[in-house]
Amino acid sequence: MSSLSYELSDMLVLARRSVLRIPRQPDLLVGFTIQPVMFVLLFVYVFGGAIEGTLPFGLDYEDFLIPGIIVQSMVFGGFVTALGLAEDLKKGLMDRFRSLPMSRSAVLTGRTLADVSTNVVQLVVMLAVGLVVGFRFGTSWWEVTAGILLLLLIGYAFSWVFAFIGLTASSPEAANAYGFTILFPITFLSSAFVPVESMPSWLQPVAEHNPFTTMVDAARALFVGTPAGNDIWLSVAWSVGIALVFGILAVWRYRHVITR
Amino acid sequence: MAGGLAIEAEGLRKRYGDVEALRGVDLRVDAGTVFGLLGPNGAGKTTAVRILTTLLPPDAGSARVDGLDVVHDAARMRERIGLAGQYAAVDENLTGFENLEMVGRLYHLGRTPSRERARELLDDFDLSDAADRLVRTYSGGMRRRLDLAAALVARPPVLFLDEPTTGLDPRSRIGLWEAIEALVAQGTTVLLTTQYLDEADRLADRIAVIDHGLVIAEGTPDELKAHVGGERLEVHLEDGDRTGDALAALTTIAAAPPSREDGALLVPLRSRGGAIAAAVRRLDEAGIGIHDIALRSPTLDDVFLELTGHTAEADGAEEAER
Repeated sequence: MSSLSYELSDMLVLARRSVLRIPRQPDLLVGFTIQPVMFVLLFVYVFGGAIEGTLPFGLDYEDFLIPGIIVQSMVFGGFVTALGLAEDLKKGLMDRFRSLPMSRSAVLTGRTLADVSTNVVQLVVMLAVGLVVGFRFGTSWWEVTAGILLLLLIGYAFSWVFAFIGLTASSPEAANAYGFTILFPITFLSSAFVPVESMPSWLQPVAEHNPFTTMVDAARALFVGTPAGNDIWLSVAWSVGIALVFGILAVWRYRHVITR
Repeated sequence: MAGGLAIEAEGLRKRYGDVEALRGVDLRVDAGTVFGLLGPNGAGKTTAVRILTTLLPPDAGSARVDGLDVVHDAARMRERIGLAGQYAAVDENLTGFENLEMVGRLYHLGRTPSRERARELLDDFDLSDAADRLVRTYSGGMRRRLDLAAALVARPPVLFLDEPTTGLDPRSRIGLWEAIEALVAQGTTVLLTTQYLDEADRLADRIAVIDHGLVIAEGTPDELKAHVGGERLEVHLEDGDRTGDALAALTTIAAAPPSREDGALLVPLRSRGGAIAAAVRRLDEAGIGIHDIALRSPTLDDVFLELTGHTAEADGAEEAER
């Protein structure tokens, strides 16, 4: 076998390992799925009434919120990777992998690939909940399909951010803290939950340049038919850029990391 | 492999920040033997193993394993080594079988050979009944056996065991020792680190005692024991008042002047052959009653105390070994 096919087979072997974990530790996925579902219910029924009148294009709040909250849940889907890597480090499995004659990046490519499957599960759950609370697609089937692919790409890109976090944090608990104290506020400083125009004027430029805003606007364009502008291509560019930069950083960390 | 050496290290140095974990370590391990790296926590044992298994580059010095350089031939070398660590490095959310199959696939053995090898190892390590159970339901001893099995998937000629029995109950320890002995009988070279002196004594052909990043003694277990004196006879008398007479009676069989310690007489011997019979005869002739009499070999604890001025377990436990 050539080295490229070894690379692929190592990645698939390790992706399978991560996927097998999902049904065996269901509380993890349930935790990551229930939280965004709770958010949907809280935002729609608690804040929805107050926000609805302010929305652009006369959107219903459900149609405004669901694409945004799905972007947020895709971003955090990679969290499983951060936790998994931090645990592998803590338990010495990383030493085993690094002592094997396998590809140097497969531990990471395998995990991030496995995240795509958890993201698919989350996406299905979120769309189902969205439909129940009144969300409706306002676009053609191919735009919806493109939207789903874009969301999975965004999720994949952030899996690499979490891979880097997992290899950098000193423990699984610290990885958790990094993820929630840094990324969580950034997702809120965007157009995901409220229109940017409703924020104080000093905050608006921050929110407008936040890549989450671009991604949320792109998802909204593809799902409910708001004007897309350059948001779709910019989202793809952001995702590819994030995946590349954090992919390189994460592989660099992996090569130098020491088991704790 | 050069000169029958499976592991050859020269002047290994490694520093973590302010801590010099290794300060110039040389090791030579003959193929097909067990080499024990003995020392307290923080002595540098794990760092040495990490360098020899390509996990960590040395700051200075060089090492070859099975004839391959740990830095320049790292990728090829990884095909020829197995590592079982301090932590049972197995995936808790996989079954025992899935763990071994995964390791086989990552050694690029192919799907079917990986599965066959996994079944074979589970059988060898008495884990067949638990093969399809998730590892998180395994006991500590079962996890260690699975970890050792994982290190053996590719039948590596050189095996590194970093404190393989730390934290195991006595029965599991003995089980693991027997497994290691069986491997050595098949010709595997083993480098084993341990802070248990009895473990090194039982398993190792040669031992290097390491402390504060330096090898402070090396030899066979017997050579190291001879270093602190040979066999001794320990005699407890029925009547403590007769100690003086007993010392006089035993002088003729002693290699050096006998001494008293904690109410017992310690008699250094020239050889253990016939020593008990001779001592009993002489004490009996002098009419001195014996409560208990036994041969005592110096333990590696004695060796460690002699070499370092402290016992193996007491010191350095709080020093981070990273």
